[in-house]
Amino acid sequence: MRWMWIDRIVELAPRERMVAIKNVSLAEEHLHDHFEASSCRPAHPVMPGPLIIEGVAQTAGILVGHAGGFKEKVILAKVSKAELSADAVPGTTLRYTATLDRFDERGAQTTTIIELLDHGQPGSAYREIGQAELVFSHIDQNMAGTEFPEENFVFTEQFRTLLTTSGIEADF
Amino acid sequence: MTRDEIFEKVRDILVDALAVDEDEVTNEASLTGDLGAESIDFLDIKFKLEQSFGFKVADGELFPDNVMQNDEYVQDGKLTDKGFEELKDRLPHADFSKIDSSRSIEQVSEVFTVEALVTFCENKLQAA
Repeated sequence: MRWMWIDRIVELAPRERMVAIKNVSLAEEHLHDHFEASSCRPAHPVMPGPLIIEGVAQTAGILVGHAGGFKEKVILAKVSKAELSADAVPGTTLRYTATLDRFDERGAQTTTIIELLDHGQPGSAYREIGQAELVFSHIDQNMAGTEFPEENFVFTEQFRTLLTTSGIEADF
Repeated sequence: MTRDEIFEKVRDILVDALAVDEDEVTNEASLTGDLGAESIDFLDIKFKLEQSFGFKVADGELFPDNVMQNDEYVQDGKLTDKGFEELKDRLPHADFSKIDSSRSIEQVSEVFTVEALVTFCENKLQAA
């Protein structure tokens, strides 16, 4: 089981850009703990920043995987930079636009713009709330002497389902 | 581009990639020992150099590839004569004065100084 932190891929320009969205819902159990009510303040459900970064990593990681025909095991190796300037609360939609900056046999570098749409504000549009720069490693090409399972444990059935439901064909 | 200008660009890249202060990035500083670079940082630095200077860095051109895992080049934790020559041959930009007669492989990471990176970029730009 792998926790998916994007709901749908809405755009793919192979080897260039991928756009995905994530609807923040109060049905997600973790929001009830982050942050729960205390004696001095009411509950304040906010999507944790690291989970937003995980969603960014899944978006950018699929873009990198797609660029390599899903043959490589693409692992998030480094969060070079991450900035978030607003909270994502229930009833908002996050949009991640990942751009492939560099790609080679060893790995890839990506930049992702993070935007937020607040459904509680009629007529509102997506506004930028952050950016993240990530480095991915093709681990079979980097860990000299270290052997990994032959099957691609990164791009699992859940990713295939996400791609299929987003209308993207993927052969892996 | 002058060597000073190259140094400034390399310094900015290292400050960004390794989250170090500008004044820590001196010519003599080694990437791993002094600036705390880990293996994945080298991939990040390679990408940033390509992006900043506009040249392409081939596999193993900047940092050694498969040398340390080769029994012919490394025995009992030390570089063999052949391994030492191979490294010097493949990394003409590196500073091998930091490797003493013990040739311990721990010293190999010390050859990757900021100055070595600047020399590497200077050579690449001249060859372009």
